[in-house]
Amino acid sequence: MRAEFAAELVAVAREDPRVVLLTGDLGFAVLEPFAQEFPDRFFNVGVAEQNMLGLATGLADAGYLPFAYSIATFASMRPYEFLRNGAALHELPVRLVGMGAGLDYGHNGVTHYALEDVALMRVQPAVSVVAPADAEQARAALRATLDRPGPVYYRLCKEGAPVQGLEGRFELGRAVLLGDGRDVALVALGNMAAAAARAAEELARAGISATVAVVSSFNPSPMRDLAELLADIPLAMSIEAHYLNGGLGSFVAEVIAEHGLDCRLVRRGVADMPRGVTGSPAHLYRHVGLSHEQMAQAAAETLDLVHR
Amino acid sequence: MTSDAHTLAHRIRRTVIEQSYRAHVGHIGSALCIADLLAALYGGVLRTGDGPDRDRMILSKGHAALALYAALEASGRISRATLDTFCADGTALGAHPEHVVAGIDFSTGSLGQGLSIGAGAALAARMQGSQRRTFVLLSDAEMNEGSVWEAVMFAAHQQLGRLIAILDLNGQQALGYTRDVLDLDPIAERWRNFGWTVEELDGHDVDVLGERLDVEPEARAKPRLIVARTTFGKGVSYMQSRIEWHYLPMSEEHFSQAMEELEMESAAEQGARA
Repeated sequence: MRAEFAAELVAVAREDPRVVLLTGDLGFAVLEPFAQEFPDRFFNVGVAEQNMLGLATGLADAGYLPFAYSIATFASMRPYEFLRNGAALHELPVRLVGMGAGLDYGHNGVTHYALEDVALMRVQPAVSVVAPADAEQARAALRATLDRPGPVYYRLCKEGAPVQGLEGRFELGRAVLLGDGRDVALVALGNMAAAAARAAEELARAGISATVAVVSSFNPSPMRDLAELLADIPLAMSIEAHYLNGGLGSFVAEVIAEHGLDCRLVRRGVADMPRGVTGSPAHLYRHVGLSHEQMAQAAAETLDLVHR
Repeated sequence: MTSDAHTLAHRIRRTVIEQSYRAHVGHIGSALCIADLLAALYGGVLRTGDGPDRDRMILSKGHAALALYAALEASGRISRATLDTFCADGTALGAHPEHVVAGIDFSTGSLGQGLSIGAGAALAARMQGSQRRTFVLLSDAEMNEGSVWEAVMFAAHQQLGRLIAILDLNGQQALGYTRDVLDLDPIAERWRNFGWTVEELDGHDVDVLGERLDVEPEARAKPRLIVARTTFGKGVSYMQSRIEWHYLPMSEEHFSQAMEELEMESAAEQGARA
């Protein structure tokens, strides 16, 4: 996903002279094409994320469209207040790019797992959050948000197997629905969409029909789409590579509560700080209960309870 | 520098005392302290206006906003009526400056953020081939923030010659003297070692400040720091170098004495120049 996003950024920069790329000394084997083609619009600012966001504020105020790149944990947390008092407060089009959604950084360990970035960004009304589900949607989302006047936070992954049926569709503030099952709604955030789709296939084999709702943005958030979907489905399972509180699961709870829907919610995500456990992303997602088999099983068991 | 800048300095101080007394708020000493710096900037150095090539000025020590409002009012950017809303309910003129106010480019109030924004503004100016300069007024306590040093390094590395930082070296911070809290010495040497051109000046000498701030910098050169040695609470005897006047509001007696002292000083100064 990140290679495609970076390639799309190069394409955008060819058309749009406002585009400037800043990096906090990260992006090896990803950002070079941009740096080579636009040496005057590329700045490795060093390992200094706070300054990077301050610079981006000054650049955006002068008419540039600065993209600031780092690993998602460093991008979202270290310069958080700079984003708040800078681009958010001044309503400037700073683009913060966080690499490594959820447990994407596998062997690198917990300092590199972005498990609270969506919650942190979503709570800022002025910051749009974009969490693409796959590479094609990442490209579309980049294009679709170019002219947003305020800041956007992109939550990217290294790889991203195509989500069947998504076909790169993206609209800020909308959910994309895959399938039309009425037993359970699997509401998946960004990079968990592929696992959710596989969980839906598992459920289908057990005679349970599921709709997968792919949520790839907040602020604006897909409130209306989810309210309509969950109005006549008895069970929703939120699925996110993120802590349980503050992210997608909390958002779905807000939708259900604020619309008074008769829909049971099960939140799947990372419950605790993953201390002392590293490994491949596949291993880690299984470890925290986010493999498609585990999610399908949990959905089936909860559905049993709902119907009992 | 013309006598206008001296008049402006006096006017800023008087406004700071009047408005903070009316609004019953603190941060008076910090505002008085930069009156001469702002008088030099707004009394002839800054190329203002609304065009894209106007100079940028960032008050990174946002808690001295009242002095900035006073300078903006005196130079016609905001009205007296607007100034009179300082710290009133519903006003945009709070204790820290917001960019929605005419003449204010960037909102500040959280220390350690202004120099980074200024470096971005200066970088943008150079990329756009603009002659505009970016001035950033920092507090000495602000040097405690690590982010300042990120920006210091970046500006030097990029040779942002049209970035001019002004360090208000009053030796005080909220809860104590800087030498007791987190010693900054030798501050000029530290910035020099980070690759800046540093000049140490009397932060209350409006004439020299005006002259030295107005030099026309190269687009690609060492960025400049003016270390302005100042007296916290300058102009009001009982506030000068006193920690408590970072926060305290004035009583009626305080107010009367402050106004009296400012008038006496202004008269003496005019006499000396006449």
